[in-house]
Amino acid sequence: MSSSTPRLEVDGLTVTFSGLTALDDVGFTVGDGETVALIGPNGAGKTTVFNAVCSLVRPASGSIRIGGRRAPATPTGLLERGVARTLQGLGLFESLSVLENVLVPLSGRRDGSGRDAALETLQRLDLAADAATPVAALSYPARKRVALARALATRPQLLLLDEPAGGLGPDDIAELADVVRTLSAQGCSVLLVEHHVDFVMDVADRIVVLDFGRVVACGTPDEVRADPAVEAAYLGLEAAA
Amino acid sequence: MDRIAFLLATGLARGLVIALFALSLVIIWRAARIVNFAQAAMAVVAVFVAFAVTALTDSFWLGLVAALVAGAVVGYAVERWLIRLVPARTPLPGMIVAIGLVMVLQAGIGIAFGPQHRPMAAPFSEQPFTVGGVPVLSPYDLFVLLVALGVVGGLALLFNGTTLGLQMRASAMAPEVSRLLGVRVPRMVTLGWMLSAAVASLAVLLLVPTELGLNAHSGDVLFVHAFTVAVLGGLDSPVGALVGGIVVGVLISLVTGFLGAGLAPIAVLALLTLVLLVRPGGIFAVKEARTA
Repeated sequence: MSSSTPRLEVDGLTVTFSGLTALDDVGFTVGDGETVALIGPNGAGKTTVFNAVCSLVRPASGSIRIGGRRAPATPTGLLERGVARTLQGLGLFESLSVLENVLVPLSGRRDGSGRDAALETLQRLDLAADAATPVAALSYPARKRVALARALATRPQLLLLDEPAGGLGPDDIAELADVVRTLSAQGCSVLLVEHHVDFVMDVADRIVVLDFGRVVACGTPDEVRADPAVEAAYLGLEAAA
Repeated sequence: MDRIAFLLATGLARGLVIALFALSLVIIWRAARIVNFAQAAMAVVAVFVAFAVTALTDSFWLGLVAALVAGAVVGYAVERWLIRLVPARTPLPGMIVAIGLVMVLQAGIGIAFGPQHRPMAAPFSEQPFTVGGVPVLSPYDLFVLLVALGVVGGLALLFNGTTLGLQMRASAMAPEVSRLLGVRVPRMVTLGWMLSAAVASLAVLLLVPTELGLNAHSGDVLFVHAFTVAVLGGLDSPVGALVGGIVVGVLISLVTGFLGAGLAPIAVLALLTLVLLVRPGGIFAVKEARTA
């Protein structure tokens, strides 16, 4: 990949479900070490973008390129392309321990380095003491950290975070913002879907605003904040709330 | 008292065979969310291969290896070339196809080998040891017990101590999430079928020498008992299969010894009914199964 090739390139992405257009000609890029936020009202198509990038839904048209290559045909191929994702519903294996959850994406490593990588990540996210605890026994903020740890353990080049700040208190959100900034500084590209506007404005280099499956604005946080279309579609609703 | 000790000992040995077969049902349920009604018929096919190998080589041990390999091959074939083609949105189509497969396999075996029971010699004596004048386990019972415990231990090690086992557990709990995490879920499902069918074949092979012999229906009663055990223990619970198998084995042995063999199936079904009334999910069932 040349230095000018975006880590993620979404171009003309259109997704339909039973004739209903969920995404309509969506395009944006995420550069190396860049943090891009997808925002928009509920139903705008944010998670559908994630699902398309993760090959969970098949686009009607358009292209998705990861590191200059077409996205893999199945989600199983994401890991080897350096992509990791967290899920809105966390998607943790409830009866498995914290360590086992983090080990799952590392379990394909044949050199035995998975366990060390998992333990190191747990240490980094202050979860080492809970390594043997079943996930079901943890608090919600701790469970969110486990989901993040599971994604980070593979040292992704592109990290997709689906509502990472949802349900967290101010301290946890501040910690999360630190983690995202550190990742960015290390060259990891981050694409996040988030409703927490302050968090988005804090960590995002650029923001893509979706409404009814279309991109209505794209720019830096200041540019997006000043865009009247955004205020109408999303931030206005937030302000009114 | 002597009689009780003997019945408990033989019940334990039989119970572990039932537990093995129930474990095979648990493995396949966890891997593919299917109650495989064809498990016994598939196992009998593998045991016929073992029977042929034993007859050709005069070695029970080569037959045992053949049963494991043939079981795994049958499991692979059924999953890849039949079950994978069945819609998987609900468990029902898979179960119906499995019931159809029972009919095909049993009819096929009947056509090929006839209805007669073919005796299979046990590799060890079936005369019980006596301890303090009390007859307890026979050498063959002891062998069955050790093999069953070894397999249970091996499965526990596989699922709890290896990355392959972790991948199998993860893909059984949440296939979609596992795919996102790089786990090759279809491969794990195939492996689950192979492992399950090999374990079931072993269970039938261990049982056949103590029964009338081998024919197309040799695994039927074992399946009914093991299915009861799997439901008792909770289809998701290997521990439930193990404990349930021993409980049912001992129950069958005690009822047979004191009340007559004819009442044993009724006792098993009564136990099943009781557990379903009190705890429908099974005694060892966990609430979380595919919640990830």
